[in-house]
This record gives sequence, structure tokens and C-alpha cells, in this order.
Amino acid sequence: MTTNTTNTSCDKSVSRKDFLRLMFLGGAAAAATPLLPGTASAAPRIELHKDTLAVLIDLSRCIGCRSCEAACNEANHLGNHPAEYESDKVFDEIRRTDATHFTVVNKRIPAEGAAPVFVKNQCMHCSEPACVSACPARAFEKNINGAVTYNPDVCIGCRYCMQACTFAMPAYEYDSAFDPRVRKCEMCFHNIDKQGAPACASICPQDAIVFGRREVLIEEARKRLEKDAGYVKHIFGEKELGGTSVLYISRVPFDQIGFPTNLPLEPMPKATYGFLSTIPVLHITLPVLLAGIYSVTRRRDDARAEDDHE
Amino acid sequence: MTPEGRAWVRENILLGQSVRDYLRSLVTPWNLVGAAIVAVGLPVIIARFIWGLGATTNLSNTNPWGIWLGFDMFFGVAIATGGFAMVVGVYILGRTEYKPMVRPAILTGFLGYALAVFGLAIDLGRPWRLPYPLFVSMGTASVMFLVAEHLFLYITIQFLEFLPAAVEWLRLRAVRAWLHRIHIGAVILGSVLVMGHQSALGALFLLMPTRLHPLWYSPYLPYLFFASCVAGGIAMLVVESLVSHKVFGHKLSHNDHETIDRLTLGLGKAAMFALFAYLGLKLLSIAHGMSWNHIFTGWGAWWAVEIVAGIALPSVLFLLGIWRESATLVRWGSVVTVLGLLLNRMNVAVIALNWNLPDRYVPSWMEIAVSATLVVFGVWIFRWIVNRMPILNRLPEFPDHD
Ligand code: SF4
Ligand code: SF4
Repeated sequence: MTTNTTNTSCDKSVSRKDFLRLMFLGGAAAAATPLLPGTASAAPRIELHKDTLAVLIDLSRCIGCRSCEAACNEANHLGNHPAEYESDKVFDEIRRTDATHFTVVNKRIPAEGAAPVFVKNQCMHCSEPACVSACPARAFEKNINGAVTYNPDVCIGCRYCMQACTFAMPAYEYDSAFDPRVRKCEMCFHNIDKQGAPACASICPQDAIVFGRREVLIEEARKRLEKDAGYVKHIFGEKELGGTSVLYISRVPFDQIGFPTNLPLEPMPKATYGFLSTIPVLHITLPVLLAGIYSVTRRRDDARAEDDHE
Repeated sequence: MTPEGRAWVRENILLGQSVRDYLRSLVTPWNLVGAAIVAVGLPVIIARFIWGLGATTNLSNTNPWGIWLGFDMFFGVAIATGGFAMVVGVYILGRTEYKPMVRPAILTGFLGYALAVFGLAIDLGRPWRLPYPLFVSMGTASVMFLVAEHLFLYITIQFLEFLPAAVEWLRLRAVRAWLHRIHIGAVILGSVLVMGHQSALGALFLLMPTRLHPLWYSPYLPYLFFASCVAGGIAMLVVESLVSHKVFGHKLSHNDHETIDRLTLGLGKAAMFALFAYLGLKLLSIAHGMSWNHIFTGWGAWWAVEIVAGIALPSVLFLLGIWRESATLVRWGSVVTVLGLLLNRMNVAVIALNWNLPDRYVPSWMEIAVSATLVVFGVWIFRWIVNRMPILNRLPEFPDHD
């Protein structure tokens, strides 16, 4: 700050002036920082809209024909050869979604000798998604109709969304050097008006996948659970992570067929709200505190230097 | 080139030697090792930009983060905190006896951050969009955005803090005077930014309670990251001053052994308190998360290695070192602290992440080569600057007066 801290003889009045200047500096820093975006104390909350759309998957109806996978391939121009969807070989191992497979059906054996259960996985279209809150570039969006969509035009490729997703659904085009995209199911958002339903729901020969208003689907799921005691009394996705737009019902306990258990009922992004809201507090109090300590230290040093002089 | 220009280059760039002598002086065993590493790593970096991440890394859809983030970014930024600790100690708390260590600390910090961002640019899918989150499409509710914003501002501040040495080297008096005026403001703003982004780096993982192993996941992650980076940053200063003393001893005219040992003990004390705070928080986070049942698994053993070897052992070394006034013990403690910090960041960002998902990530040799190349760059740039600019010594025409 001042150049001649050791020549305190003429510096007596400086410490007060300095103090004021520092207070001003601290104040300015404090005042400026809340203007910086990112100090959002109130992160956006998405209330479930009453018209939110959803998909209900009844695992007891699925026969593992994989026509939903084939339909997804076609609707999203994923470029896989149709023959891929004819073979049962794929059931030999558990697959995950990747850049050209937005949905995969896996064959799960719940217990020794038990009948297999076919489980279709894809993005869950969470109502308050971790991926949306993770993205520093606002590439992800939760739409009012329920679909969670992605905009490659602003994505920087940090892959935090992939890491943040509780279900590890988003995949990446690692082989593209010049325009790699994050890829995942978007509920056929872009042609849902034309098609009336996501490709997988339209094609399913077993009616294992139905599409509609979330409220209505939950009603429907409840009805099925009530009518048939064989169902597990749980609608997966109704409450998990604050609710998702993909709902599952099953006759086999979910934990035996690869579903994560004990998911929090709070939306995932809530875990960061507390931290995010401490940041503006830090921005305001810390500069003032540091400036205060500094001025005390300075005054002490000045006094000491003066003692040395005398 | 004018004769004056030639003389200037000879004096300031070539360290007073002729071009031939200077080049010859570069041929040393360590430089050859470094050159060999760069000869492998540099082509890999180029390959990554031509053929993409898929061709060069072992990253997968399940493990999208590898050592370019775990080592270069999370560890690199954490050990670079020494610059912050030093300016706060000297300028805010008035521990002026540490002044001779401020400039090397700032340089280490600045280079650490700069290289971390370089590593990030190699890792990002579309690095040319690095400014997007800041200026084009701001995801203000994202912790990653907070990290980006604070990092960007802090690197600017660190550059300003480093600049005095550069302008003194170039004898730019007017700029020097101006830098002097904004100095304390930069220190204060910088401190706020460091606390912000170091804790935010930990907060990135708050979204992953189902993906990060319960022994490492904790709501305290932001505070754990901050406490550990302060300890690790200070320890790094000790390590760095140890190496500097060996390599650049001739420059340290005003720094005799005794002073250095005394300062080392002081730094050891500071690092020890930060480690204690860190250890306490770490245990508290396990108690809070009720994760004791994981202790007796393989993961628990690995966790214990991190706690015992990475935190408890250096704490004891510091304690003994301070008690017996042995700078050597403090130096050992510092080396172990830095390694412990490395282990922690690798665990949180890479190893214990996605622990319950089927495929494991092991870095490819190309990823390792690139990370090693960045380290070599760091050492080379550090040495180039220290050999020329007033970092360890002061120029007579610019006495020490900040
Ligand atoms: S399942 Fe994953 S990708 Fe899909 S909305 Fe939820 S967080 Fe996002
Ligand atoms: S990879 Fe793209 S979409 Fe995903 S968080 Fe990063 S910027 Fe957002």
C-alpha cells in the first residue's frame, strides 16, 4: 500500500486514512461480488407442473423383445444396424446406455433359478435433475412437459453432468475430436408432437411402456398395485429424488433387479443449496474481516517501527 | 539487433553467457529426463486434439473423469494454495519474517493454477468454449460454474501478484509503482476467491452421494477440501524451499541455513494446525455419516491408508519436529502431507468415485505421459523465471518494501 512503512515519523495520520481506504476497498469488493453471477443464493426450484408428462414402465409385462431399443435407434437416428436388435446375445451381459444407445433392456436374474426380469433403462427425466444443476454452461434443461433436454451448442464438454447423474445415464461421444456431444434419452422431445408419444412407448407390443400425464400414470400404477397383490407395493420414481418422469412398477423387489435402493427423497441439487448460499455471505464478510485484521496489523507494525526508530 | 539489445538479451535471457554456452549449459541429466518425458507427452497432446479423448484416454461413460482432472486439476490447484497462505500470513497477519518466501510461493501458486487450467483445456471436450460458462451461457446455479468463475478471477489476481517480479526484471518503474498501490486489494480479493473455489471444488461432489464411496462422501466436503489444501499448500512451500535451497542456493544470499530452518519450523507449525483441523473434520464426517460399517471392508482399509499415512503420520512428524526443533522432521512431514493430499484428491475425484459401478478406470500410458509433461513444464518454467527474475533474491534498485 504505502511505500514507506518504515518511515513512520511522517506516517502518523496514514493509518487512519488507510483504514478508511481499506474499509472502502473491502466494501467495494463485498459490493461487487454479489453482482457476480454464481452467487445465486436461491437456486431455481422446479415445481412439478400438473401437466408434466411421464412414462410408466410395468416390468412384469416386458418380454425383452427390445423393439423399444430398435424404435429408439430409428427415431433418434443413432445409426446402429437393425440386425443388432434381433439377437438375444446382448443379454449375456449387463449393458449400460452409451452414445448410440439411449435405452437398453437388460435381463436380470433376481435369484437362483428365478424367472428373469427384463429391465429397460434410460434417463429418468428427474423433476429436479442433478445434470441440470451440474452444468456450468446451462446446456441441460428441464422442460415444462417433463423432458430433460440437452443443447450441444453451449456444452463445453466438462462431463460433470455425466458424473453428477445419480443413474449414470448420460454418455459421451469420446471418439469425436471436434464436436463431441453428451448423449441421452430426451423423451423424444423434438418430435413428440408429431408422434404423440416417445418412440419406445408407441412401439411396445406388450403395453409395458405407457406415456401420459404423470398424475394420471401414478393413478394407473396405483390401480394396478391394488388390483394385483403380486406387485411390489412401490412405484419407483414417484418419490425418489423428488420424483422422476419415468415410473416403474414390478413384481420382483427393485433391489434384486439392479435398481438403486435408499435413494434420497429430496431432489439431488438440494445437497448443494446450502453451500451455494454461503458463498455470498463469504463474499461480503470476508473482505471486511481481512481488511480489519490488516489495519490492526499495520498499526501494530507502524508502532513497532516507530519504537525501533526512537 | 542493436549492440545494446544484444547485450540485454545476453544479460537477461542467456544469463550472461553466449548462445552456445547457454545451450550447452542446458544439457544436464535432469533436463534430458525432462526432455524425454516431453518428447512422449507433447505428441500425445497433439494426438488428443486430432483424434479425440477416446483415442488417447481410458475414460468411459461410467468414469468420465480421469487423472487429467484428478491429478492436474484437483491436486494441482490444491498444492498451489501456498501462495494464498503466504500472502495472508505476511500481509494480513503481519508475519513479515516470511517475506523472503512470498515470491517463490506466489510463483509456485501461479504456475500450479496455470498448469491446472492447461490440463483442464486438454481434458475438456470442447476447450475452445472455455469462456462459455463465464460469458455466453452462464449456469449460475452450478457449483462448477462457481469454480470456473472463481478460478478465472483468482488466476488474474495471481498474475497481478506475480507481476512485480517480472516488471522489476524489465525495469518498468511506473508499472511497479502502480502494482504496489493495488497490492493489498489484490491480496484481500484473492483470499476470498481462494476460499470460494477451493471449497467449491469439494462441493462439486455433493451431488454424488450415490456415486462417491460413503467413506469419502460427506456434506463437509467443501470444508474438508479447504482445510486440506491449506495444509498441503503450506507443506508444498516447505518442499519447494527445500528444493530451491539445493538448486538455487547461490541466489539465496540473505537466506542462511539458520533462518531457513527457523522459517521451516514456523511453516510446519501452521501446516500442523491445518492438518489437525482437517483430521478432526474428517473423523467428524465419518461419525456424522455413520459410515463406520464400511471401515472393515477393502475400501475401509484403503481409507485407513489415507488417514494414517496421509494425515496422522505427517501430523506426528510435524509435532516431533516442532518439539525437537528439527527442520528435517518438518521437511519429511511436509513431503508426506503433499503425498497424502495427492492420495485424497485422487480418491475423491477418481478412485472412490463410481466404486459400486461395474467398470474401473485405470489411466492409459498416454494420460500419464501428458500429466508428467505438465509437471516438467512447471519445473522448467519455474526454473527459467527464478534464474532471471527477482524471486529468491532482490534487485538492488528495487528494495523489498511491499
Ligand atoms: S436421470 Fe440423470 S440425465 Fe436423466 S434427468 Fe436425471 S440426472 Fe439428468
Ligand atoms: S459436459 Fe456439457 S452438458 Fe455436461 S455439464 Fe459439462 S457443459 Fe454441461
